[in-house]
Amino acid sequence: MIDIPITHVFMISALLFCVGFIGVLARRNTLFMLMSLEVMLNAVGLAFVGAGSLWQEADGQIMFILILTLAAAEVAIGLALLIRMQHQRHNVDVDGLSQLRG
Amino acid sequence: MILTNIIAILMLVALVSLIIGSKFSRSLPYLAAGSVVLCFFLLARFASNNHDIFHQAMPLLSVPWITSLGIDYATFIDSLSFILVALTLILALVCILVSVNEIQHHHNFYYFNLLTALAGIIGVFAAADLFLFFFFWEVMLLPMTALIAIWGHENRRYAAIKFFIFTQVSSLLMLVAIIIMAFIHQQQFGEISFNYFDWQRLNLSMPLQYWLMLGFFIAFAVKLPSFPFHTWLPDAHTQAPTAGSVLLAGVLLKTGAYGLMRFVLPLFEQATVEFAPIAIALGVISIIYGAVMAFAQSDFKRLVAYSSISHMGFVTLALFSFSSIAYHGAIVTIVAHGLSSAALFSMAGILYQRLHTRELSKMGGLFASAPRMGGMLLVFVAAAFGMPGLLNFVGEFMTLTGTFASHPVATVLAATAMIGSAIYGMYLFQGSFQGKPHAGVQIADLLAHEWLLCGLLFALLLYLGLFPQSLLMHFEAIYPAANITVTGGKL
Amino acid sequence: MTALTLLPFFPLFSFLILIIFSKRLNWQLATVIALSGVGLSFLASVLLINDLYAVSQSSDISAGVRESLWTWFMLGEHEVQVAFFLDPLSAVMIAVVTGVGWLIHGFAAAYMREDENYSRFMAYMNLFICAMLILVLADNLVLLYLGWEGVGLCSFLLIGFWYQEPGNAIAARKAFIVTRIGDTLLALGLFYLFLETNTLNIQEILAQQDSSPLSSEAAWWIALLLLGGAVGKSAQLPLHTWLPDAMAGPTPVSALIHAATMVTAGVYLIARMQGVYLQAPDILNLVAWTGSLTLLIAGIAALAQEDIKRVLAYSTMSQIGYMMLGLGAGANVAAITHLMTHAFFKALLFLTAGAIILAAHHQQNIFHMGGLLKRMPLISILFVIGIAALIAFPGTSGFVSKEAIIGQLWQSPTAGPAFWWMAILGAFITSLYSFRLVFITFFGQYRGQHELHPQRHFLLLVPLCMLAVLAILGGYIPTNLEQVFVAVDAPDSQSPSWLHSVAIGLPLVAIVVAYVIYFPRANATEPVPGKGSLYRFSRNGLGFDATYDALLVKPFVKLAKLNRHDAIDLLVQLISWNAFTWNSAAKAIQSGRLRWYAATLGIGTIILLLGVML
Repeated sequence: MIDIPITHVFMISALLFCVGFIGVLARRNTLFMLMSLEVMLNAVGLAFVGAGSLWQEADGQIMFILILTLAAAEVAIGLALLIRMQHQRHNVDVDGLSQLRG
Repeated sequence: MILTNIIAILMLVALVSLIIGSKFSRSLPYLAAGSVVLCFFLLARFASNNHDIFHQAMPLLSVPWITSLGIDYATFIDSLSFILVALTLILALVCILVSVNEIQHHHNFYYFNLLTALAGIIGVFAAADLFLFFFFWEVMLLPMTALIAIWGHENRRYAAIKFFIFTQVSSLLMLVAIIIMAFIHQQQFGEISFNYFDWQRLNLSMPLQYWLMLGFFIAFAVKLPSFPFHTWLPDAHTQAPTAGSVLLAGVLLKTGAYGLMRFVLPLFEQATVEFAPIAIALGVISIIYGAVMAFAQSDFKRLVAYSSISHMGFVTLALFSFSSIAYHGAIVTIVAHGLSSAALFSMAGILYQRLHTRELSKMGGLFASAPRMGGMLLVFVAAAFGMPGLLNFVGEFMTLTGTFASHPVATVLAATAMIGSAIYGMYLFQGSFQGKPHAGVQIADLLAHEWLLCGLLFALLLYLGLFPQSLLMHFEAIYPAANITVTGGKL
Repeated sequence: MTALTLLPFFPLFSFLILIIFSKRLNWQLATVIALSGVGLSFLASVLLINDLYAVSQSSDISAGVRESLWTWFMLGEHEVQVAFFLDPLSAVMIAVVTGVGWLIHGFAAAYMREDENYSRFMAYMNLFICAMLILVLADNLVLLYLGWEGVGLCSFLLIGFWYQEPGNAIAARKAFIVTRIGDTLLALGLFYLFLETNTLNIQEILAQQDSSPLSSEAAWWIALLLLGGAVGKSAQLPLHTWLPDAMAGPTPVSALIHAATMVTAGVYLIARMQGVYLQAPDILNLVAWTGSLTLLIAGIAALAQEDIKRVLAYSTMSQIGYMMLGLGAGANVAAITHLMTHAFFKALLFLTAGAIILAAHHQQNIFHMGGLLKRMPLISILFVIGIAALIAFPGTSGFVSKEAIIGQLWQSPTAGPAFWWMAILGAFITSLYSFRLVFITFFGQYRGQHELHPQRHFLLLVPLCMLAVLAILGGYIPTNLEQVFVAVDAPDSQSPSWLHSVAIGLPLVAIVVAYVIYFPRANATEPVPGKGSLYRFSRNGLGFDATYDALLVKPFVKLAKLNRHDAIDLLVQLISWNAFTWNSAAKAIQSGRLRWYAATLGIGTIILLLGVML
């Protein structure tokens, strides 16, 4: 097994997180926002796995599984909302949803 | 029992008209007027049976209400309450008469609100328990707000909310003071009590007394209204339906004066003496400010509203001068202003129905087509500017005569309002009825029911103006603060 | 109820009938009602005065009859009663009010015949008589104040009787408000008087002056405040500006209210309260000053007027100035006599002027008249009789009373030679403007556009003739006024012997001067109003109106309009404005845009992390 320095793992996860975050901010399409959220969650998962292997503990992997289930649940709700949105508004542009303006 | 009966009758008729009134909206005025006349008859019969016991407060019905807090349903009557209740009932009739043609929708809810407000006002004058007093104080507020907000003119919601916030905030101060008083009673006598007569035994130390007095005073000064708490009044009066204006000016403002007479002066003697210079200054400012502001208005009702501020300033001045002549003057002024301002607001309503405007610049020259209405308006304006022979003069004259001894400068300043009132009175009368008529403006003269209400108010103003003793003869004994020597500085 | 208490009620009843049935009454019926109301009270006053004189002949104490109706209200222990009091002073007043009033009512019936609101007019006139009777008969000062305000209100109604002309309405309002300033001073005087004496009953106050007189400071203030009321009602300096404008009313109104009766109420008040004024000699001196300055200023203003009624209005002010001067000098009997004779001749002057105005189709400018002597000889002669009494031509009533006033000035302790000279100068000016009026109006060529249509209704002419008789002989009516007033002791020093001849002669000299200046020559051009700035200044009443307007009226109106929206309300609205501002600021954050929330979330986290790290 080749030792990968922990800094590289964290850099990649930070990079992924930023890519995901920028995706959330920049995309108006709700589907792409959900995908970007997935990227962010996976970036965090990667950081957990990396950290877990560094300390030789199982906690990191447990946390990753938690994140995985969380992501699955979130995507399920998100996609359900997305479908409703497509049904009602005939598009999936998130900026159209501003009725909660104060 | 008598006042409770009156309140109960009014509430009952209010409920009846709310529930089944929507089917009989034409006959609702008769129902309401009938109940008011019945109440008046009951009151008159009671008075004629008991006319010798008005000199002191006479307890009426008293039943325990919330026993754990020492709250009773307790009412009483004395000459002050009697006069104010009678005034309320007379003006109630006026309110109903002016509503006959004016109210176009939701008749049943309208009469419900009107009668509930009346019941609340009478309750305020009857309550001997301060909790009950506060309860009725709120009861009269809500329907009044509804009257303004639902049947008012173009800017009614603003006016209603302003009226509500002013009254509510100030009455919360009073509520705090009432609760503190109840607990002080517990400290001093071992049990909690909201009873007015119990409170008279309280021994209040000075700074506390002053703060409690202020709590009551501000609530009543807002209602009165006194400068600088007056700004709700022009809006509320202007926007309210005619009956609302009549009720507001005629009796609602009097609850403020009543509160000062009933609670502030007798319960906090020492504090009022200390506070008197400020109160007198406020009174004088109200008098002058109201008169000047009235002249600057171009809206009929707004002008009358500001003149009310001026007239009620006389009451403040009279009450805080601690002179028994001025005290009598204040009582006369209360009744006089109730009648004359009600008359002027009715006139505004009568004109509004015909012209659909309150702007004086759109009136003018109406005397040609409606001389009798013009004559009546002139009489009421003359009453407002203190024409001798009508009741307002007696009130003003007694007030100023009484205050002159202790506060000559304040009296001289207040007397300038006699000039000011002539100015705005003439401006009002000439602006609406004299001058060149606008092209094609022809209005119908007074109708039968309008004659009835104008005649009623005029007859009362004239009769009481010539025989004011019939109002005052019961008041020899009850002047509360006559034994106070004025220690406050002369103003 | 005896005749005394009924006196004011006769005109009140006729007022009520006239106002209730106003449009349903025809001219004859309305006239009968109005004239009988005043006529009955005239007859009643004649009877009452007869009784009073019979009483006063038999005893030498000052007689007075008091009738009380009911207690009006209580001022502490003091009962303010609705009660009437008749003594020689009020006897003169009621005789003038009902007598002259009756004649003027008769004239008015003819004058206003064509007016569509005739019965309303007569109703107001009756109401005025009622209020005036209450004023002069009042037993206490509060009731006097009732009459005082009542006549003011009637004056307002009658000046603005033709209310559709905006100018009339303004004149009515001005008259009411300016006199109201005086009324307020009077009211303050009553408050002070009550504070000092604990009563407002006139006879009680006067009786107290003998036993426990007012302190000199109190007397000074009270006398000053009462004088304030008097100058307002009697159109004296500085509250005189309303009277010339009040001529906007129908001419009988000017005759009745603004010449014969109401404007003399101030004189009556001061005469009535003589006991108080004697405690304050300074104020008596001030009364004399007020009167003398007014009579001069009004005389000068009268010299330049072009409206016949305005000339007479200024002349009224000037003559009341004489009465005030007389009161100030302690010549109360003469002053009240002058009040009476003035009522006769000034009513005559106004009514004849009214007859002229009626004939000339409501033309009031004297420069559009001229030559009336030939066209309306009877009216012209009556007018000249009035003028003769006005300038105190020997043998007329005006001569009796005015000479009596002037004769007492020189030696009076509260007046003196300076006042005598002013009065004489005033008499000179009076002659001058009177004959300017006569020469321009009655001589030369007729200059009007319309043909004259003199009215010959007997109701028009009979009152004029009777007033003319009174204007000549009225000075000899016995009054018994000496019983009412305290005689003022004059120092014994002899006044110069030439006083009388100068006082009588100077007005006659003025006639000659007026003849030279104003008499239209046969070959000269038509008389025209002057053009110089001095003339304009004088025509505008010496600039009082403009000054008051600039100093008082305009600033008041401006100030009031400036604060029209109530500065206090702005303060209250500041609270709600604050709430709204913060609300909208907070609202801006909640945009409802998901990505915006996410971005702020991210940026906030970064800032927090940076904060932790650094």
